[in-house]
Parts: sequence; C-alpha cells; structure tokens
Amino acid sequence: MANPVDSEVSRRGVLVGGTATAMIGILPSGQVQAQSARSDAARQDFGVSFEVNGKPYSLQLDTRTTLLDALREHIHLTGSKKGCDHGQCGACTVIINGVRINSCLTLAVMHQDDRITTIEGLGTPEQLHPMQAAFVKHDGYQCGYCTPGQICSAVAVLDEIKAGIPSHVSADLTSPPALTNIEMRERMSGNICRCGAYSNIAEAIAEAAGSKT
Amino acid sequence: MKFDTPAQTNPIDRMRLVGRAHPRIDGPLKTTGSATYAYEHRDVVTNPAYGVIVGSAIGKGRIARIDLTVAERAPGVIAIVIAENAGKLGKGKYNTAKLLGGPDIDHYHQAVAVVVATTFEQATAAAALVRVEYAQSEGRFDLEEALKTAPLAKDPNSPEKQGPPESRTGDFEQAFARAPVKLDELYTTPDQSHSMMEPHASIAAWNGDKLTMWTSNQMIDWGRTDLATTLGIPKENVRFVSPYVGGGFGCKLFLRSDAVMAALGAKAAGRPVKVALPRPFVPNNTTHRPATRQRIRIGATADGNILAIAHESGSGDLPDGQPETATNQTRLLYAGANRLTSMRLAVLDLPEGNAMRAPGEAPGLMGLEIAMDELAEKLGMDPVELRVRNDTQVDPEKRDRPFSQRNLVRCLREGAARFGWQRRSPSPGAVRDGNWLVGMGMAVAFRNNMNIPSGARVRLGQDGRVTVETDMTDIGTGSYTIIAQTAAEMMGVDIEKVLVRLGDSAFPVSSGSGGQFGANSSTSGVYAACVKLREAVAQRLGFNSAEATFAHDQVLAGNRSAKLIDAVRDGELVAEDKIEWGGLDKSYQQSTFGSHFVEAAVDGFTGEIRVRRMLAVCAAGRILNPLTARSQVIGAMTMGVGAALMEELAVDKRRGFFVNHDLAGYEVPVHADIPHQEVIFLDEADDKVSPMKAKGVAELGICGVAAAVANAVYNATGVRVRDYPVTLDKHLIGLPAIS
Repeated sequence: MANPVDSEVSRRGVLVGGTATAMIGILPSGQVQAQSARSDAARQDFGVSFEVNGKPYSLQLDTRTTLLDALREHIHLTGSKKGCDHGQCGACTVIINGVRINSCLTLAVMHQDDRITTIEGLGTPEQLHPMQAAFVKHDGYQCGYCTPGQICSAVAVLDEIKAGIPSHVSADLTSPPALTNIEMRERMSGNICRCGAYSNIAEAIAEAAGSKT
Repeated sequence: MKFDTPAQTNPIDRMRLVGRAHPRIDGPLKTTGSATYAYEHRDVVTNPAYGVIVGSAIGKGRIARIDLTVAERAPGVIAIVIAENAGKLGKGKYNTAKLLGGPDIDHYHQAVAVVVATTFEQATAAAALVRVEYAQSEGRFDLEEALKTAPLAKDPNSPEKQGPPESRTGDFEQAFARAPVKLDELYTTPDQSHSMMEPHASIAAWNGDKLTMWTSNQMIDWGRTDLATTLGIPKENVRFVSPYVGGGFGCKLFLRSDAVMAALGAKAAGRPVKVALPRPFVPNNTTHRPATRQRIRIGATADGNILAIAHESGSGDLPDGQPETATNQTRLLYAGANRLTSMRLAVLDLPEGNAMRAPGEAPGLMGLEIAMDELAEKLGMDPVELRVRNDTQVDPEKRDRPFSQRNLVRCLREGAARFGWQRRSPSPGAVRDGNWLVGMGMAVAFRNNMNIPSGARVRLGQDGRVTVETDMTDIGTGSYTIIAQTAAEMMGVDIEKVLVRLGDSAFPVSSGSGGQFGANSSTSGVYAACVKLREAVAQRLGFNSAEATFAHDQVLAGNRSAKLIDAVRDGELVAEDKIEWGGLDKSYQQSTFGSHFVEAAVDGFTGEIRVRRMLAVCAAGRILNPLTARSQVIGAMTMGVGAALMEELAVDKRRGFFVNHDLAGYEVPVHADIPHQEVIFLDEADDKVSPMKAKGVAELGICGVAAAVANAVYNATGVRVRDYPVTLDKHLIGLPAIS
C-alpha cells in the first residue's frame, strides 16, 4: 500500500486550483493564510460540455462541483437526490453512457461529451416510463426521496443482466445471469430505501422486466 | 366537530373510495423526480446563497475562542453566524438542547457556526477554515454506569404524570416470589438512528420581518412555533412550507438546526439561504432513539397464567430530557394481577434522545417479546398459546376499562395458520437445510392509538372540483391519497376531482405526522370540514342537510336531486372545521394489535443470519387504503429487521459521540436483506376512535418485529442473545457442532 500522505497529496494535486483549500488540512497551521490567499487567486472555473436527457449543456463550473450538484444546482434538474453525498445511499444514481453511477461521487468536469440520463429523462408524470409506472402500481416507494435513484438503478440493472454482466450472487460467471429475484435484490443493494419499500420494489422491477419472480 | 360519543353510520361507511387500494396520487410526481423537496424550491427562490454548518468537535465543554478571520476571507463567503453574533436566541418548547451551541457545548456536532457563501463548494471549503478552540470538560457518556445512580422518572405522556414514578398493581414482589415458574432477565437495546433518506434541509427567505421557510418537517405548527420562539419573533411572521418530506420517522418532528441556521444565515447575508445537513451530521446533530437497559421479571403458573409481571427500564438523555418509555406496552398487553413498571432516566451528555418510530413500544417489545419466548420455553408451551392464554379484554390496571376493540387473539391464530407455524420445531437448533440452521419466531405487536386535534379547509369550486387544504404532511405515509379518498367519499365525487394541498402553515393546523396518529386524525379533520361543506351545499340547494346524500356528482334528498355543481353556480363554497376529541380514550383503552412471524436461517459455519420469510397480521380499525397501509407495515417490518440484526449507534464513551454516523457505518437493511413480506389486515371498524373508525399502522408495524427475528434466530441456533442487535459474533461460539 502506498504511503497514505503521499497518495493523498498526489490525488488532490490532480485537481488544480479550486481544491487548494482542501489541502490545508494537511499543512502546518502557519501556512494556512498563505495557502488560503493563493486559493483566492488560483480558483478557476472549468468549461465542460455534456448531454443531459438528450439536451446539450455547456457549463462553467468550479472544479469541485460534483455531477450531482451540477445537475441539481446548475441545470436545476432536482430529480436526482442528495441522500448522503458520499456514495453510500444511491439516491443520486444516474445513467451515463448506459451505465449507472452515483453522481455524488464524480466531478462534473470529468464528464466532457458524456450522455447523461436522469430520472427526468426516463418519463414524465403524463408519460411514465414502464419502470416508473410499475413503481406507482406496486407502491414501490413511500417518501419518494430514494425513488429516482431506485428507478434509474433498476433500469440499468435490467440492461446489465441483458448484457450478461455477473453479480456476487450469480452461480456461474460464464453463463448469462437470470432475471431472478435474488439477482435483482443483490444488484439493487446500493440503493437504500429507509422507508423499506424493498418488497414492493422487487415486484415493480419484476413486472417491468416481464418476469414472474 | 367534537368526537365524544361513538361514531354512528356515516358517509365513510359506504367505502366507495375509502378502504380501497388506490395508488398514491402523488406517485407520478415522485417517480419522475418532479416532487419538490425542501432544498429544491428553485421556482420560488431563484437566488439562494448556500449555508454550511460547522459542528462541535467535542461532546461536552465550551468554546474558548472562534477565529473566523481565515474563513471570512475565503472566496465567495458572504456571512458567518456564530452564537456570539447571532443575537439573543430562545429555545423551542420541543428542543432539549439549544440548536446553536456556544459558548457552552451540549453535545458533539451541535451547530457552532453557519458559513454562507455564493456557492455550495465555497461554503463547504470556508466552513473547514473556521478555527474553533474548545475547552473540553468531563462528560457522562456511559449509560450502564450512569444508570447506577439515576433516579426514577415519570412517564411524560402519562395522565398520572403527577403521581408516583412507579406503576404498581397488586403486590408484585410477593406474587413473583411464590410463582412456580419464573423468568428474570436483562435485555439491552442500543441507540438507533432514524437515518431517513433526506437529511434535514431548509431554505429561508426574509421579506422585511416576515420569514418563509421551505423545509422538511413532520409537524408544521410545532416547527413554526419553535422557530418563532428561537428567533424571538411573532409566530405570525413565520411561514413553514413542506409539501414533500423525504422521510422522518420522528427525526423531523421538531425544529432542527438546518432551519435555525438557514434563518440566521439569510438574515445576516441579506438574501435567501439554503442549508442541508450533511449526512454525517444526522446522528449527532439531530435526535436518535435512546438505548435502554430493561430488567423483565415474569412469574407464571405451571399452565402459563401470568401471576406477576415487572418491567423496569433505564435510558439516558441530556439534562431536562425524557425517558424512553419502554415499559408502556407492559402496562396493557398481558393479563396478570400483580404488576410493576418503572423507568429510570440518567443524565447523559450524548446528543439528544427523542422519538423514533414507535418510541417506547419499539424497544420495549424488543425486550418483552423475547422474555415471553423464554417464558414459553420454560413452561414447555407454544409461544403463540402463551400469548393467547394471557390475553385481556380490559386494561389490567383498571379492570372496569375495556379496550375499544382488541382482536389480538385473531391476529395470533390467523398468523400462525397462514405462516405454517405448526411446522416449527419446539426444540431449538433442530432444523437444518444444508449448511443452514433454520428457525421460526413470533412476537406480538402492540401500539396505542393517539388522537390529535386536526383542522382542514375544503373548497367546492365552480368547476366542480374539491380542494382540501391542511398543514398535514405526507412523509411517505400516503396522506395525500387518503385525504383525497376521504374528501371524495364525503362529497360524492371521483378522486380525480380532488386537489389536496398539504404542508403549509397558511392552511389550518392539523395533527401533523407522528405517533401513528396522522392518518386517523387528519382524515377525521377533513371529514369534519366536509360535513360543514355538505351543510353549505344543502343549504344553497334548499335541501335538508340531514337527509342529503352525495354521490356521482349529485346531491339527493328524498325524491329531489340536484347536481353538486348547481350549488356553486353563484360562487364557490368554502368550509373549515377541525376535529376535537372528547373523553372516549378515558372510558376505552384504544390500541392497535398485531402478530409478527419470521423464518430465519443461520449459517452453521459463519453464524451469518438471513431472514427468509416475514408475515404480519394487523388489527388497527378501518384500513383507509390497503395499498399504502401495507407499505407502512412492510417498511416498519424492514426497520424492525434492522433493529434486530444490524442497527446500533456505537458510543465513544471517552469522547462522547456516535462514531458510526453515516450510512456506511450505521448499517440499515438493503434490498438483499429483505425477503418477500406478507401483510394481512383484519377487517375492522372501531367506532370508539373516530368518525373514520380507523387507527394507525405505521408504528404498529415495527412493534415486536425485532423480537420475532431474535426468537427465530434462537429457534434456529439454540443460542439466546439478549443484547441487540443480534450479530453473528454474539452467537458464533455457541452454535451447534457441524456434523
């Protein structure tokens, strides 16, 4: 394992300018002011362009801005939720180039030219995506705060199974995974629902997947 | 409307809409990300600045010095509020500890500053530059130690709160000493975190001396009142708006620091400010379910009749706090002539303990229902039969006071039959499935019904649509939907014609959401307002309101009929009323009942525990919407599995804080932990509780679950664990030998 202090510095070193303040924690206290003053001068926004739900966006963003905050605070797509900001709950799940990701754990400037789908891109209240309709029918939610993340995850899970990607509970890594209840529960376990709608979410996903389990 | 005599037949009894499984009317918004939660009101607040809270780094002591010079010069910083510059602040009625600390610090992560900056990133970076020097003092963080000298505590909710702190009936000591079969054990439950998915969040906007708060709060009027008290301004100057609440479970019953710091930050910054608590602040900055240590003694005859029962519980809280009322259910649940319950309250300097889903009963039944399982084993009796044997139809402390309705035995019998309980092996550790040890367990669910006054305003518009306005909240409970069902039933229109507006202090004060009182109380308030609106409609139409019936957009009286819309031809009609409660809860004990059945498997090699099947049978009066009520129960069962197997805030007894204060360290059940869950509601209508004849289920659902899981694990392994959560390290050493 690498020296934790070295790797910490080099990881942060990659993120120029705006993260200088974050380094203060590892500097002797005498350097705090000098470092802070430098960060003032050095802070810079960064240009990034990506597509969200089929629409192109070009943004000037603080390099520290997560993709989640870019979506919520800059593009004003607040469907993706901030439940923990640490990649622990899954409420911020979005789909990037077909693959689901915790948008709180990735910086917006890392997504140049990416195609991002959020909950708002799946369907609208008037025209629900089949997964959204299945969640309504099976009451696969209560407070609704984890729901956009659950639905984005569920849509991506079905694609992962279709693509033959195995999971921790797949009995066999070489044969295609099946649309079983246990496969879906395992793959959905990064999306916490504290209201405890899991049993209903499982039924909603099963219906949207067209399976009987 | 005052409810002081049992309900007669009324329009709700038609159950054309009420009592039907209707999908949530807010479902399309929630599933498309279109429902606006507290931090998201961009449509009304277009230029917010961002506030980030700095939390105390010590558990007890004082702030010696705060140096803001570096933070103030950080990019984008607009204002920093600390106790020194916040002006004089009061403390809300429902808060135990003040929400802005300094100079004295009452608990870890108590807010000590809010840094307001143009962007979230700037505010976050600058908050890390606030330099706080603390003078730490000795704190009391060890519950077991503190309980050794803790005094008895009165039940804050008991009608006899002036009376003795113990509750005694008969002579417990003598009866217990003589009982042929005895149980005397200690059960412990840990501190638990609500960990609702949406952390507390608020946007504050001042307009002169008027303050509007878009926030996430279960009890609009409590929050609004306590914010006014805290800021020292008239309540009329504060408006709370909370149309969607991302879960609460009790953690959002009260005003919290996000709201206070947003209000103070916005004042200082001269512009709207939004503040969300970071996830790692939730356990230590807000409230939690306090840990308990419960001694339970039960003495019984050889054939299983309880002669003596004692439940003594101890918990801790900050100075002027409250006990966790873990002995509540033991006063009412089982028969037995000789009874003793008491609580001790230790002063601890940990964060504030307060209500979490089924406060009292949830941890109380975690102890009591293992104790009953142990007693059944000592008696050589089936655990279901032991409970049936000790059922009571009257309050065991006041035998002339019956239950309004008590179908616990039916819950037990029906649950046992549906679950296949007869296949359970009475000897533990006897059933194997490959490497797995398999067991079944059960427990009783019990939670009292509470009624709270609740108001509503209903409007019949000239378009024939009905609008309901009440400050009631929907925290995932389904309030929007059951209120729409109630108004549609009363006014004889389709549910699509009803618009429900919630969570705004501009609307009549409701019960709010808590204590499983929300569904029954708030729909009863809507019922009362609709009765008034029906009278106004009948009067406009020249009908006798007593004999008018409302159905299919028509009003009928005798052989006359009119369109509902005819009543508003000359202008809309508005009616407002509230439900108030008479003394029926004095003459009748009003409670909800259930049974939980669980099958668990334990890995014979590793001790890993998996829940395989779960069933709940509930008797809770009329079920207003079986779809959303079922969700309440399965969600509570899920939280019960968490309580049984994983949830525990680990206390650092030297520094005084909860160590595992995020969703990685504080583990809650995930998809893979929860099997398919079955829920059965008995067909009931309780005319003693309300015109809706309904009671709550949201807390009943968690009551007893953890014990049912623990009993199933015991039945699988033969190793009894009395210290929650039941983790594999606690039974691994005692697991049966693998043959």
